[in-house]
Amino acid sequence: MPDLLLELFSEEIPARMQDAAAADLKRLVTNGMVDRGLTYAHAEAFATPRRLVLAVEGLADGSPGVNEERKGPRVGAPEKALEGFLRSTGLTKDQLEVREVKGAEVYFAVTQKPGRSAEEIVAEVVDHVVRNFPWPKSMRWGAGTLRWVRPLHSILCILSDESERRVVGLEIDGIKAGSITRGHRFMAPDAFSVSSFEDYQVKLARAKVKLSATERQDAIWHDATQLAFAQGLEVVEDRGLLREVAGLVEWPVVLLGKIEERFLDLPPEVLQTSMKEHQKFLSVREPESKKIVAYIVVANRETADAGATILDGNARVLAARLSDAVFFWENDLRTPLEDMTSKLDSVTFQRDLGSLASRIDRIAALAGDLSPAVGADADLAVRAARLAKADLSSEMVYEFPELQGVMGRYYSARAGEDPAVAAAAAEHYSPLGPSDQVPTAPVSVAVALAEKIDVLAGFWTIDEKPTGSKDPFALRRAALGVIRLILENNVRLRLSEVFAGHGPRCDAAVNDAERVFDVEKAADLLGFFADRLKVYLRDEGIRHDVIDACFALGGQDDLVPLVARVRALQEFLGTDDAPNLLAGYRRAVNILEREEKNDGIEYSLDPDINFAETDSEKALFAALDRADADLRPALAAEDYAAAMTALSALRGPIDAFFEDTKVNADSPTVRRNRLCLLNRVRRVMNQVAVFSSLDG
Amino acid sequence: MANAAPRSFQEIILRLQSYWAQKGCAVLQPYDMEVGAGTFHPATTLRALGSKSWAAAYVQPSRRPTDGRYGDNPNRLQHYYQYQVLIKPSPPDLQELYLGSLEAIGIDNTLHDIRFVEDDWESPTLGAWGLGWEVWCDGMEVSQFTYFQQVGGHDCSPVSGELTYGLERLAMYVLGVDHVMDMPFNDPDAPIPLTYGDVFRQTEQEYSRWNFDQADVETLLRHFEDAEAECGRILAAADTDDAGRRIVMAHPAYDQCIKASHTFNLLDARGVISVTERQAYIGRVRALAKACADAYLTTEAAGGAEA
Repeated sequence: MPDLLLELFSEEIPARMQDAAAADLKRLVTNGMVDRGLTYAHAEAFATPRRLVLAVEGLADGSPGVNEERKGPRVGAPEKALEGFLRSTGLTKDQLEVREVKGAEVYFAVTQKPGRSAEEIVAEVVDHVVRNFPWPKSMRWGAGTLRWVRPLHSILCILSDESERRVVGLEIDGIKAGSITRGHRFMAPDAFSVSSFEDYQVKLARAKVKLSATERQDAIWHDATQLAFAQGLEVVEDRGLLREVAGLVEWPVVLLGKIEERFLDLPPEVLQTSMKEHQKFLSVREPESKKIVAYIVVANRETADAGATILDGNARVLAARLSDAVFFWENDLRTPLEDMTSKLDSVTFQRDLGSLASRIDRIAALAGDLSPAVGADADLAVRAARLAKADLSSEMVYEFPELQGVMGRYYSARAGEDPAVAAAAAEHYSPLGPSDQVPTAPVSVAVALAEKIDVLAGFWTIDEKPTGSKDPFALRRAALGVIRLILENNVRLRLSEVFAGHGPRCDAAVNDAERVFDVEKAADLLGFFADRLKVYLRDEGIRHDVIDACFALGGQDDLVPLVARVRALQEFLGTDDAPNLLAGYRRAVNILEREEKNDGIEYSLDPDINFAETDSEKALFAALDRADADLRPALAAEDYAAAMTALSALRGPIDAFFEDTKVNADSPTVRRNRLCLLNRVRRVMNQVAVFSSLDG
Repeated sequence: MANAAPRSFQEIILRLQSYWAQKGCAVLQPYDMEVGAGTFHPATTLRALGSKSWAAAYVQPSRRPTDGRYGDNPNRLQHYYQYQVLIKPSPPDLQELYLGSLEAIGIDNTLHDIRFVEDDWESPTLGAWGLGWEVWCDGMEVSQFTYFQQVGGHDCSPVSGELTYGLERLAMYVLGVDHVMDMPFNDPDAPIPLTYGDVFRQTEQEYSRWNFDQADVETLLRHFEDAEAECGRILAAADTDDAGRRIVMAHPAYDQCIKASHTFNLLDARGVISVTERQAYIGRVRALAKACADAYLTTEAAGGAEA
């Protein structure tokens, strides 16, 4: 049972690709071996900046031999067919077997495929995997033809067991596999030979390489928090950055530097972003004030001066960066917000939808419209909308686009704007994703809704809707944002009315008689919301047909009661009464529709209890009256649970009716009355939801 | 062991020159036209094409009109120097060769933290791209390291390795200077010591004013059109001259491409190019670069006629 060790040693692999590459290497090599009949006990893959490594334990010595059978032509078939079969199998006629299949004699080729050695299979699989590796981007180098993420320098590929170590015979584009590797680029550059995975791990650690990315991350986090703690500080957690930094070093050495006093007035977001984006520093803050005052540099080597030169160099680079940031910050603070906004006149939002300034006009008008519904002061909402995007023309946001909104809040607050206006600058982009927090401050909600509804109505006006996987303007996210803003803040508004009010503003921006936000587009946009709502509610486990059944009522553009109705219906469908009631409803509707079709009439008149003959028929009349009486106030109060209860009271009477009453009575009058009664069952129930839209 | 610390900007350049000369590169002189980066030098752009081996190193004065700051900014200049190395096919020890050049200018890798951080390079105007890194020294980007994959829309085969050092930034780091204008240009103990500012402060001011305020837009627009037309005309000419000699004029045509590219940069600095026009201009320069690359590939320098 030999073990396999494979190392692909190259120039620096991009940090963001390392984890996936290790996983791909493990999957492709082990699958390739298993597909060829070579089994194994355990496999583990690793990545560092310069190597991809796979260690496989307990490999079988080889693949078992297999018998292969192929059915050929019938005995007595034309000579040509037999010749072809012999050619394709490589056998002669006397080597074929003759067997009886369904009474006919048929030739069979039975060949014994011998098993292959582990070494042979490993060589074949590794060759194939290296030549076809799924790098997101790969390249050629020198005069060769092989593609790899960066130039591949050596391949270590050995099979080892207690008694011996064999190098797998393998050569790819001039690189011959061996048992040699190298340590850290600077601290231990010499080549060394290894005899097994254990030997490799020991020698690699001695050669200043930490093989496991997890171990590197843990070591960095441990040392960073220790260093910070010693200074009474804490490290700001950033998993993504930690993973990236661990992918840039083979031998992490953690150093802590202090931010110069003159930069400490910069907003913490600016310090953190600048340090992360430009230099991949982790931020370190005071635990109480949360002020960022220091940073963690992760270097790739130990030095005789304990990192003093490295830290000094990094501090100088940081100082240059932060000097720029201070320059931007001070310039921005000197610029009145109105001046920032007016610069947006010359920024195109979208070719057909005009400038960013005209978009802001539309958002401001819409935020004003929405204010009563969200409980915001309309003047503040309009003011907030006017200023919310001012920071897009600031120097800081030009440098760090990810600080949009955050800077707006600082600039608005410094300019003495109302705190609600400043908050809206930061919050109006939210929610950005399904897990992003939804703003709750009324002014922020008004601007956030207006910002998203404007982009949707605008793109609907110019027929730029998302298709398939293409959604370049993130319109699905915008619609989901509107849904979450409305539901989580319990905002009562009719989307159709909002669209109707906003459409003309988009029309004016597009200024094209051929492309206007008409009734049809408004309906289509509402349908888009219905689809997004299904996706949103699916995560709660709500069935799409339950939503359809509620939407089918028509006019369902007020999302709060709609979703309350949907949730109540979903819950009702889980009760004991539901299956029978639904069966009764379907039976009623089926009979009704069949007879209406046969007779060519609609039985839509009110049934008359005076023509009722059976007790169960009379009881159903009474039950429907009662249900109607209970439903009206329940629906008016949007108490959908009560509405469902009222419906469930119909289950017994409907069952009883079908039990002993014949709808197609001999008397035409009684029959017509009963059909009208079924219609009433449908009408009463359809006040709650269109039950025929439910699957079943 | 690293070498003694250099004392001036020019000493760093001289050391790079002598280092790469020792490593077998032809040390060329700057191209005599205004370019945005060392890559535009035909010794890189055109020589990266075709099958013939090549190794060259040179300083290239580079102009980026929009980066002008009247000489006030500590590290932004509209005119600066790049040091450029191009070796084809890229040798297997190119990283080690590169690290050797850092040692040559006094960067001791036992004390500094040198890292290769992913950075893919693309030049939309040249129709060129490659994969590589920016090289960090203690968190400072000191060079760009690229394996060219395509130039002028053609696959590079063999592949060239390109190294680009931003000389001012690198030198400021090595010399420990915080403002470029304070950097010693020649030896600080020379009879007449000169700083970078003594040499370039005034020109930075003059060109910043011209680039941003004074360059005549009508003239520039005309120059762009003229260069574009001339490039096309040169390439449309017959392969053989009146005496019957086959002479494809790839380089003269490429000069016009360079001219168009720089004129576009000037127009950009004048702020007269809108976002949508920008793409169109870049596309026009790329079309010229591609046409020049096509022509060059049919010449002897490229290793013979391709289809």
